[in-house]
Amino acid sequence: MFREFAWLDVISLLRAAQWTILLSLFAFVAGGLVGLAVALARVSRIAALRYAMIGYINLLQGTPFLIQLLVIYFGLTFVGIRLDAWSSAAIALTLYTSAFLGEIWRGCIEGVPTTQWEAAEVLGLSHFQKYLYVILPQALLVSLPATVGFLVQIVKATSLLSVIGFAEIMRIAQTINNVTFQPFIVYGICAVLYFLICLPLSRFSVYLERRLHGVA
Amino acid sequence: MDYTFQFDAVFANWPLLFDGVLLTIRLSIITMASGLLIGILGAYVLRFGPRWGIAIVRGYVEVFRNTPLLVQLFFVYFGLPSIGLPLSPNTAAVWALGINLGAYTIEIIRSGLLGVPAGLVDAGRSLGLTDLKIYLLILLRPALVISFPALSSQFIVLLLGTSVVSTISAEELTAVASSIQSRTFRSFEIYLAVLAIYLALSLTAKAILYAISRRFIYAHLKMIKG
Repeated sequence: MFREFAWLDVISLLRAAQWTILLSLFAFVAGGLVGLAVALARVSRIAALRYAMIGYINLLQGTPFLIQLLVIYFGLTFVGIRLDAWSSAAIALTLYTSAFLGEIWRGCIEGVPTTQWEAAEVLGLSHFQKYLYVILPQALLVSLPATVGFLVQIVKATSLLSVIGFAEIMRIAQTINNVTFQPFIVYGICAVLYFLICLPLSRFSVYLERRLHGVA
Repeated sequence: MDYTFQFDAVFANWPLLFDGVLLTIRLSIITMASGLLIGILGAYVLRFGPRWGIAIVRGYVEVFRNTPLLVQLFFVYFGLPSIGLPLSPNTAAVWALGINLGAYTIEIIRSGLLGVPAGLVDAGRSLGLTDLKIYLLILLRPALVISFPALSSQFIVLLLGTSVVSTISAEELTAVASSIQSRTFRSFEIYLAVLAIYLALSLTAKAILYAISRRFIYAHLKMIKG
């Protein structure tokens, strides 16, 4: 029979929230590293590399994250690599995040004025040094609001990992709801938890945006 | 890698997949229309509404943009019946998707309004028009024109987001795929095919929105920006 919803359940949800945060951080770091490579490849002087990245980004931005996740989850097991929920989640989140961060950062790299490239050239910097000392620091500053804003999307995307059985907030909520059958309270608390994680990020993104444009 | 692909399961079930695609398209179009309507109303309140109205709209926008669609969907589908408002999966899907999209369109149209010259409001006032008429007859069109690119990409996000409603078994493309794979065990092939279908859908939608912007939006935008 059903049991009452108890404080213990709130604690389980809070524990699950730790996983949501951990997954989001992982996605940000891993996706950010791959994303940087994607952004650099996207503005590379090698045409083939640029076109390959356009394909990569179109594929990942033009299909639902849920389907990407399921293709990886079912796909790789069938191909012969045994994958648990953890590795599928890690791969799917990394790919998804890298495509979006890559595209955001590409825009920021391209937004750095041509004169900065020329100035770096005049100083006799190598191609690598130009990026490291001149272009990327400026691009980074401009990219901050959109990057932090995308963090909110990552946190929300992790809720879909419940579909492959990953024990983050939504998964735990579903199991609690199955024994208490009080969806209004259970999913209400879920919404509050996600809100508490996401709102500071959104606010911070808006703040960075204003500061960048010299409004605040 | 000794796996042999068998796409028979995909081809044998194409009528089901086709129905799924149709429902995905229908869901998307209904949601776009209702999301746009919410956006237009909400942006009006933010610009001309009373203080309490602004507070409500701001709260709505913040809550729905900072929680996952999946939570909103479960709240609507499982939560509302428990307070006496039962909904079928498809209806719940439309409600959740529409309310979710509305939060984004309000914000997009609001910032579109900021790009419309303020003198137009004064012009409307001096003609003795009410706020509502100023908004609908003067401000709305240029605001929509300015926000068209942002609205377009939000529509694409929505189109892809409809896959999430499969979790409450609304019978759209992803749900169809899930039921086929549980019968045939050809999960990989089916989800690969569905991935391709979604890609085709979103690229087509992008092309249509781009064509609309070339045909109707571009000239207006040049007029507004001078």
